[in-house]
Amino acid sequence: MRAGLSALLSHWLRHPVQLAMLMLGLALATALWSGVQAINAEARASYDRAAAVLGQNRMERIVSQDGGPIAQGLYVALRRDGWKVSPVVEGRLPATDLRLLGIDPLTLPAGAASVPVRTGADLADFLSGGGQLYLNPETAAGLRPDGLPALRTDPGLPPGTGLTDVGVAQRLLGMEGRLSYLLVSPGAQPDRPLPQGLVRRAPDDGTDIARLTDSFHLNLTAFGFLAFAVGLFIVNSAIGLAFEQRRAMLRTLRALGLSAREIMGLVLLELLVLALAAGMTGIGLGYLVAAALLPDVAATLRGLYGAEVTGTLSLRPGWWLAGLGMAMAGTLLAAGQSLWRLWHLPLLAPAQPRAWARATARSLWRQGLAGAALLGLSAGLLAFGTGLPAGFGGLAALLVGAALCLPLGLILVTGLGGRMARGVLVQWFWADTRQQVPGLSLALMALLLALAANIGVGTMVSSFRQTFVGWLDQRLASELYVTARSADEARRLEAWLAPRTDAVLPILSAGTPLFGRPGEVYGITDHPTYRDNWPLLAALPDVWGRIAAGQGLMVNEQLYRAEALALGDAVDLPGGPLPVVGVYSDYGNPRPQVLIAPESLMARFPDTPRLRFGLRVDPDRAGALAAALVAEFGLPDGAVVDQATLKALSLQVFEQTFAVTAALNVLTLGIAGLAMFASLLTLSGLRLPQVAPVWAMGLTRPRLALLDFARTLLLAALTLVAALPLGLALAWVLLAVVNVAAFGWRLPMQVFPGDLARLGGIALLAAGVASLIPVLRLARIAPAALLRVFANER
Amino acid sequence: MNVRALILGFLLALTALPALPQGFADMGRAADGFALPRRGAFSFPADHGAHPDFRIEWWYLTASLTGPDGTPYGAQWTLFRTALAPGEGEGWSSPQLWMGHAAVTTPERHLYAERLARGGIGQAGVTADPFHAWIDDWQMIARAAPGADALSALDLTAAGEAFSYALSLEATGPIVAQGEGGYSVKSAAGQASRYYSQPFYGVTGQVTIDGQAIPVTGQAWLDREWSSQPLAPDQTGWDWFSLMFDDGSRLMGFRLRDAGDGFTSATWIAADGTPTPMPPGALRVTPLRLADVADRSVPVDWRVELPAQGVDVTVTAVNPGAWMGTLVPYWEGPILITGSHRGRGYLEMTGY
Amino acid sequence: MLLTLTGVTKTYATGEGPLTVLDGIDLALQAGTSLALTGESGSGKSTLLHLAAGLDLADAGRVELAGVNLTTAGDPVRAGLRRGTVGLVFQQFNLIPSLDVAANLAFQARLAGRHDPAWTARLAQVLGLSALLGRYPEQLSGGQQQRVAIGRTLAARPQLVLADEPTGNLDEATGDAVLDLMLRLVADTGAALLMVTHSPRLAGRLDRRVTLSAGRIT
Repeated sequence: MRAGLSALLSHWLRHPVQLAMLMLGLALATALWSGVQAINAEARASYDRAAAVLGQNRMERIVSQDGGPIAQGLYVALRRDGWKVSPVVEGRLPATDLRLLGIDPLTLPAGAASVPVRTGADLADFLSGGGQLYLNPETAAGLRPDGLPALRTDPGLPPGTGLTDVGVAQRLLGMEGRLSYLLVSPGAQPDRPLPQGLVRRAPDDGTDIARLTDSFHLNLTAFGFLAFAVGLFIVNSAIGLAFEQRRAMLRTLRALGLSAREIMGLVLLELLVLALAAGMTGIGLGYLVAAALLPDVAATLRGLYGAEVTGTLSLRPGWWLAGLGMAMAGTLLAAGQSLWRLWHLPLLAPAQPRAWARATARSLWRQGLAGAALLGLSAGLLAFGTGLPAGFGGLAALLVGAALCLPLGLILVTGLGGRMARGVLVQWFWADTRQQVPGLSLALMALLLALAANIGVGTMVSSFRQTFVGWLDQRLASELYVTARSADEARRLEAWLAPRTDAVLPILSAGTPLFGRPGEVYGITDHPTYRDNWPLLAALPDVWGRIAAGQGLMVNEQLYRAEALALGDAVDLPGGPLPVVGVYSDYGNPRPQVLIAPESLMARFPDTPRLRFGLRVDPDRAGALAAALVAEFGLPDGAVVDQATLKALSLQVFEQTFAVTAALNVLTLGIAGLAMFASLLTLSGLRLPQVAPVWAMGLTRPRLALLDFARTLLLAALTLVAALPLGLALAWVLLAVVNVAAFGWRLPMQVFPGDLARLGGIALLAAGVASLIPVLRLARIAPAALLRVFANER
Repeated sequence: MNVRALILGFLLALTALPALPQGFADMGRAADGFALPRRGAFSFPADHGAHPDFRIEWWYLTASLTGPDGTPYGAQWTLFRTALAPGEGEGWSSPQLWMGHAAVTTPERHLYAERLARGGIGQAGVTADPFHAWIDDWQMIARAAPGADALSALDLTAAGEAFSYALSLEATGPIVAQGEGGYSVKSAAGQASRYYSQPFYGVTGQVTIDGQAIPVTGQAWLDREWSSQPLAPDQTGWDWFSLMFDDGSRLMGFRLRDAGDGFTSATWIAADGTPTPMPPGALRVTPLRLADVADRSVPVDWRVELPAQGVDVTVTAVNPGAWMGTLVPYWEGPILITGSHRGRGYLEMTGY
Repeated sequence: MLLTLTGVTKTYATGEGPLTVLDGIDLALQAGTSLALTGESGSGKSTLLHLAAGLDLADAGRVELAGVNLTTAGDPVRAGLRRGTVGLVFQQFNLIPSLDVAANLAFQARLAGRHDPAWTARLAQVLGLSALLGRYPEQLSGGQQQRVAIGRTLAARPQLVLADEPTGNLDEATGDAVLDLMLRLVADTGAALLMVTHSPRLAGRLDRRVTLSAGRIT
C-alpha cells in the first residue's frame, strides 16, 4: 500500500506545474469562499455585539414620550416604586464620532453583560474618581484622550461605542441630572402604569439591521460561492489531467495486485492530503482577502445601513473548519468524474482516448436539456415567485442553466461553422475546435459565469449609479442645509434667514411605526423647490395641492412596494389615516417613510422639534451665507452643509458600497482565467494524437500553435457572446427583482456598451494569456514527442 | 456576624464572583482613610443612621415566624452599606454603595432577592431621624411614638420574584450593646466593630408566596454593626447563631473558622435585656449533620453549648436548603431549638 | 533519385549517455520503386523513415528528397515537402479524430492543393470505404482506419509513400488484405514506397529489401 501511495505521489513530483495548478485552484477557491464567510461572520458578530452591548436586544426600555431625556429623579422614583430599571445616558461625545453610553453597573440587568467591567478592583475604578471609558481597541486607537476618563479597551464592544459610568457620561455629555432611557430588567414589573410622559418600548433585537443587511451578505455569499465554483473548475482540470496521465500506472498497480478498492482508497487519501494542504493555504489567503476587503465592507455597511462593523478581523474556529470542509468537499466534487472513471477503469483494455469524448458528447445533450429546464425554472421563479429567495433562486437557476447549455451551444455553433467553412484547414479548425469543447467545457462554463457576473453586476452598479446621481441632483434641491441646536436658536435662525434667502424650508421629521415597522414621517412644505424637482414614480393629479391641504400623503417606493400599496390606499398614522396620493424614489433609505404637510405633521406629532432647514439661495451666494451663518450663530462644524458636500458624501457612500463587489468581480474573472489556463494545459497534453497527424501531413508546429491560439480565442469569444445576454439578464434580475425584494426600489436598466467592450477585451486578453504557455509549448514541441504518438500506445 | 462584613467587602468584587476564592485576604487590608471603631457609648438616634466614614455597615433583621397552621417561617431583611472611599459625595460621584438582601423561608422553599444601588441619588439610604432605611421599594421605616426610640416600632416590606412580605415590628425589650459596651472584638488579633442589637421584637404581618398571603406572627432580631477593619487575613468563614429562647432570654454567638481552633464569642442576654459578654472560647458549637446545598456540604444541625449559662441545645434548620445564591453566596435560615432550652432563631454560615 | 541518404547518423540522448540509432547510413530510392526496411526492434528503422519524411533531422550526413537537402532546409520547406511530395502511413493514430472519413480522405489532397474528387471517390470505392464516409475514426475498426490512412495518402498522389509498419496493428489476414491494396494502388499511381516492417514475409513482396542492424545496413 505504501509503495502504491508513493508511486501515486511520485507523479506530482514529476509534474510540479500540475501540482501547482491543483493547489492554486483549490487554495483560491477556498480563499475567496472563506474570505467572504469571514467578512460575513465579522459583520454578523458586530451586529450581535451592537445589539447586545446593553442587552437592548432582549430588554425593553422606558423612554420619554417626546424622545427627550428623562429626569434622574423620575428614575429614582421608579426604582423606589419597585420598577427594576437601569439608567442609560447615551449621546455623541462632542467633537468626536464616539457614541457614549453611560451605565450604572449596579442596576444593569443581569445578562446585559457585554459590559466588560470584570474585576472587583476595576469596578471600584469604574465607579469612582475620574472613572473609566471602555472602547473597542480599534476605536480607542483613533481617539485622543483629551479630558476623557482613563481608557480601557475591550474587543467585546462594538466599534464607535464608548462605555462609561452613568455619572461620567452625564458630565461628558452635559446631561447632569438627566438620563436618555431606562433599561427594563426581564421579569415581573409592577402592574402600575408608568408616570405621565414615559412609555415602554419593545426590545430592539437587532433583527432590523440583520434583515436590512441580509441581502448584502447574501450578495457576498453568492460571489464567494461563484468564485469557489470557478476555482473548482481548475481543480477539476488538474485532477483530470493527473488521472489521464496516470492511467498506465494505475493499470500497472492493478496488475500488480492492488484491488480497485485499495487503489480508490489510495487516491482518496492522496486527494484529501492535497485538499488539506491547499485548504490551509486557502484559509490563510482567505484571511488576507477578508482583512483587505473588510474596511470597505465596514464602510459600506455603515454608509448604507448605519450598521457599525469592526474593521479588524478575528479568527473563529468554526470558520477554519468550515473552510477546510469546503476545500475537502470541493476536491471530492471536482474529482468525482475522475474517480468514477478510475472505478470503472478496465484492467487490461487499452486506453480508449475517444470513447469518453463520445460519451461526453452524448452527455452534453443531456446537460443541455437540464440547462434548458433550469432556464425554464428560472423564468418561472422570476415571473411568479416573490421575495428575495425567489429572486436569488431565479438568479442561480438562470446562471447554472445557461452554463449547462453553453457546451451544447458551442458544439452546435462550431458544427455550423465547420459546415459553412470552405478551406480544408478552416474546416479542420472548426472540427477540431468542436472536439475541444467537451474538454474545455468546464473552464468555458467558468468563464461564462465570471463574465456574466461581471456584466450583470457591472450593469447593475452603473445603472444604479446613473439613477442615483440623477436622483440626488433632483432631490438635493436646496443650496444649503442648516441644523439648529435648540428650538430657540431655530426661531432666531429662521428670522435671520428670511430676508437673506429665497426660501427657508423647514425639514420636520418624526419617528412612528408604519405598517408595524419603525418608520419616519416627514413634513414637506408646498414650495416650487419640491413641486419642480421631486421625481415622483406615481401620483394623483394635483398631488402637491392635496398634500398641502392635508388630504393625502406620499409614500416612498420601499413602503409602496413592501405593502403593495396603490394610489388611494389609506396609511395609518397617529391622528387618523391618510390616503396615498403619490410615490417617490428614496434610494438608500432602509426604512419606510411618508411625506405629509408640515402643519399636518405638527398636529399629529406636536413634540416634533423644528431644527432643520433647507435654504434656497443664489448658488453663488451660498458659500458666503454659510460663512455668515456660522459667524452669526457660532454654529458647530457640520451644522451648515452645502449641497455639493452632501452630494459628494452620498456618492462616496455609494462608491464604497460597490467597491467590494468590484473587487470580488475582478478576482472571480482572474480565477476564471486561471481555470482556462489549467484546462488548456491539461488539453495540450491530451491533444497530441489529434495534432500529430496534421503535423505529419505538412503543417508546421508554429502554424499549428497559431491555430490553437485562434481556437482558444474563438471559444472565448463565443463564450463572451453567450455571456452578453446572460449578463444583461442577470443585471435585469438584480435591478428589477433582487433590488426590489432586498431594498424595495426598482431601478431602470441602462446598458453601457463601452464597459461591455472593455470587459470583452479583457476576457479575450485573459483567454489569450491563458493559452500562451500551452501554445508556446506546442510551437516548440520536440518532433520526437509528436512521433511518439504514432509509435507508442499511450 | 462577620459574614456580613464579608458580603459587604465583596460588593467590591461583584462581577468577579465566580472566581471567588475561599480565602478572604482582601478583607484584612488596612483601613486606608476610614474611621476606626472606638469604645464608648452609642449616640441615638444618630447611630441608627449611616456612618459613611466607616467602610462597612448593615441593618440586619431576621424574623422567626409562625403561620396559622403552626408552620414555621423565616424572613430576612438586610441592607448593607459599603464605601469605596470615606465620606459622602454629590450624585453619582458618591462613593457609597448599597446592597439589599431579602428572603422568605418555609420548610419547603427558600425564596430570596438581591438589590444593588449607588448612594448619592436617593435610590437607597438610611436616615436616622425619622428613621428610614430603604433600597428601591424595600423599606424599614419607623412608626414609633414620639419620644420613643426610633427602632422600637418598625414597618418592614420587601419583595422578590414569587414572594413579598409586610411585617409590623414592636420592640418588647431594650436595645442591647454587644461585646464590650458595643465594641465587639472579632479576632484574637483585635479586629473589632461597633455592634448593637434589638433582639426583642414581636412581629405581626403577612408573607405572600406565589400570590398567596399567609398571616404570620413571631419574633424578630435586628443587628446594627459598622466597622472598617473587620477581618483577620487567615479567617476563612464563620457560623453565627441568634437564639431566641421561649423563656425570653437570648443568645448571640459565633465561631470564626481559621486554620487553627477558630475563635468563638457569645453574648448572653437575659430576658430583661441585660447583656453578659462571654469570654472567647466560652461558646462551643459542634456540627451534627451535613446537608448538600448548592453543590456544597453545609452543616445544618448543630449542638450549641454555653456551659456558663447552662445552655446545651440542638439547633435544626427549618429548611436545610436556605441558601442565598446572591453575588456573595451564603447560608441563612431559621432554626428550631431543642434541648436545655427551647425556642426559635436564625443561623448564618459562610465560607463553605 | 527521389530519395538519397548519405552517411546519415542519428544519436539520441538517453539517461545512460548518447545512443546512436543510425550510424552512417547510405541509401537511395528511385521514383516508382519500392523498398522494404527490415530489422530488429530498435535497429533504427522508424528513425530512418522519420528522417526521410523530414519529421526529424539527422545529426550528420545528408538526406535529399526530390532534390531538396532536408538537413539544411527549414521547417516550412520540410513541411511543404510532407504536404506535397510525401505521404505517410503509420501503424496507428493516422487519422484526424475530429474529421469524418470523407474529410480525412480528402484532407491531405486538399492541403496539397491536388484534390481530385473523382480520384478520391475511386480510392474510397477500391478501399471499400464508400459506405463509411460519414463515420468518424473512432467508429472504425483498425483495418478500416488503415485503409482510410492509405486512401488519404494516395488521394494526394505523392511521389513517395513512407509507411511504418502499416499493418503492424492488424491481424495477419486483415494486414495482408490491406497491404495488397496499398501495393496495388502505389503501383497504380507510380509512387515510390519505403516501408518499414519487421516481417520478412511482407518485405519479400517489395522490389528491394534492406536490413538494418544496430544502426547500420547489413
